[in-house]
Amino acid sequence: MKKNAVLLILILVLTIQLLNVYGVQRFPKPEFESGYVQPDTLQPDTRAELLAIMDIVVLTVALAVISWLVLKKRSRIGVFCTSVLSLVYFGFYREGCVCSIGAIQNITLAMFDENYVIPLTVIAFFVIPLIFTLFFGRTFCAGVCPFGAIQDLVSYKPQKLGTRLNAVLGLIPYLYLGLSILYAATGTDFIICRYDPFVGIFRFDASFGMFLFAGILLVSGIFIARPYCRFLCPYGVLLNFISRFSWRHMTITPAACIKCRLCEDSCPYDAIDMPVPGKNPEDRAITLRKLILICLLVPFFVLLGGYSTSRLHETLAGVNGKVHLAKSLLEPTTNNGQPETFEITAFKSSGKPVSQVFSEASAVIRQFYIGSWILGCFIGLVFGIILARQLIIAYQADYTPNKGTCFSCMRCVDYCPVTPEEVKS
Amino acid sequence: METPENDPKINRRKFIANGARASVLIGIGGLAALVAKKTIAGQTVWQLDPAKCIQCGRCATNCVLTPSAVKCVHVYAMCGYCDLCGGYFKPETKTLTTGAENQLCPTNAIKRKFVEDPFFEYTIDEPLCIGCGKCVKGCGAFGNGSLQLQIRHNICVRCNQCSIARSCPADAFSRVPANQPYLLKESGQEENNNKK
Repeated sequence: MKKNAVLLILILVLTIQLLNVYGVQRFPKPEFESGYVQPDTLQPDTRAELLAIMDIVVLTVALAVISWLVLKKRSRIGVFCTSVLSLVYFGFYREGCVCSIGAIQNITLAMFDENYVIPLTVIAFFVIPLIFTLFFGRTFCAGVCPFGAIQDLVSYKPQKLGTRLNAVLGLIPYLYLGLSILYAATGTDFIICRYDPFVGIFRFDASFGMFLFAGILLVSGIFIARPYCRFLCPYGVLLNFISRFSWRHMTITPAACIKCRLCEDSCPYDAIDMPVPGKNPEDRAITLRKLILICLLVPFFVLLGGYSTSRLHETLAGVNGKVHLAKSLLEPTTNNGQPETFEITAFKSSGKPVSQVFSEASAVIRQFYIGSWILGCFIGLVFGIILARQLIIAYQADYTPNKGTCFSCMRCVDYCPVTPEEVKS
Repeated sequence: METPENDPKINRRKFIANGARASVLIGIGGLAALVAKKTIAGQTVWQLDPAKCIQCGRCATNCVLTPSAVKCVHVYAMCGYCDLCGGYFKPETKTLTTGAENQLCPTNAIKRKFVEDPFFEYTIDEPLCIGCGKCVKGCGAFGNGSLQLQIRHNICVRCNQCSIARSCPADAFSRVPANQPYLLKESGQEENNNKK
């Protein structure tokens, strides 16, 4: 028996050398005499289709409810409760996928890759919050997005950051959005999902890096309210832009502002625009000159950004699998007796010609070259606009929430002493 | 603020704001329509193609879940019920017993059961399986290839971007329609199609 076994192994080893084809029926299926019944291969079903539709329904209902709570009921408690419920449903029950933030990448990939099939849920998660924002401001951020909800819970001692720091840090989401679109469009990676901080908490399971990132955000979130939403979230860039055109936006006061200054320090996100007193003609002339200078500088920023980012296109493309494979094929084969990488093993077993790998890789690098120019120009433009915005001082009479950065969390509303009834009487 | 309705400045502002709002709405709608052409009514799920798989072992380590949602699946219809199973025993095994030193599986997730001489049935204990693919490699090299790695959809959390997919060296992961969520190979696939 032992001898047979050894012999069998030897024969098999020899056979493999000849037949390295996978899934050969080397041993015919036995004919059983003992009445043995072959078990079925279990194939557990995936999540029911109906539940995916339920996600869209829950999203729409939650947005409708929170918009009503923000605009009609003006209730901080209501917003808080909705945010907790959303955190439980979209966060802990649905475990964070699919989310509106990550959907940016699916939408991008669907536009650039003709073979990519995008599920309807993803489109719904991307579009529905945008439409609600266009009508009612960033109510999605207030209490439907589980990311916002979890950070809102920990913002215990929020500090003011000041206009300049806010503006500088506020540049990061644009860069993050641009990079994630670049990487999604080239089919390289979904970086928003890869560096998603809170999904590990929602699943009670993640890599150390993920937990570290989440820990940093939550601990710093005690003092800097909603760090991810304000200084990272790429979807926030879109919401910020769209919310500026919102049809109805929450107001701090239900009636006329009495400028009592009570709400001044209430916003943890520095999203309240202070009243700007009447125009000062002297200031205006200097500011105007500065503004014209910056506007003239914008094309320079755009070109500088585009050029300097395009210098980095090969580095950026290095993450791409095709480029990486081509690079490792180009390297000398004798790497000190180290076993070949899995990528090379897989490439060899796939039977693809080497020239195809190189042509694919150079096509990807070409895409990155164009993409990095666009990315750089975009960042330069945003930088110029942000700089110019610091100089535009528009006259404004009242304390109003900044339509772009306000999350409609309704904290400030509780500080306002004006009630609609008082005004009527 | 007391601004009469017929104040031309306010009207102009309103007009511009409405125009901007409408153009943003058209933009969102256009984007949605553009990608809507690429959609399908149902959902898609991640699955790995065993024909492309090289059993590198990253399925076991790169899934967001611990243990991985990728498990070894036994396609019984392809199995030869060998006594000397390339998926069960280490290559240098001399005595074909269920001793731990003989087993290829690091977690003892394959159960070997005598059926009739000389045939043995192998069953995967899925809660123990970590999806390392060692047995899959052994079975593919020495046997019929009836052991195959598959994402188990009752475990998978359906990440938007599968974290195994992005580190898979063989590019074996792809999204498949949710109504046909398994990509078991060849004779296994035929059997499943016949059942349906």
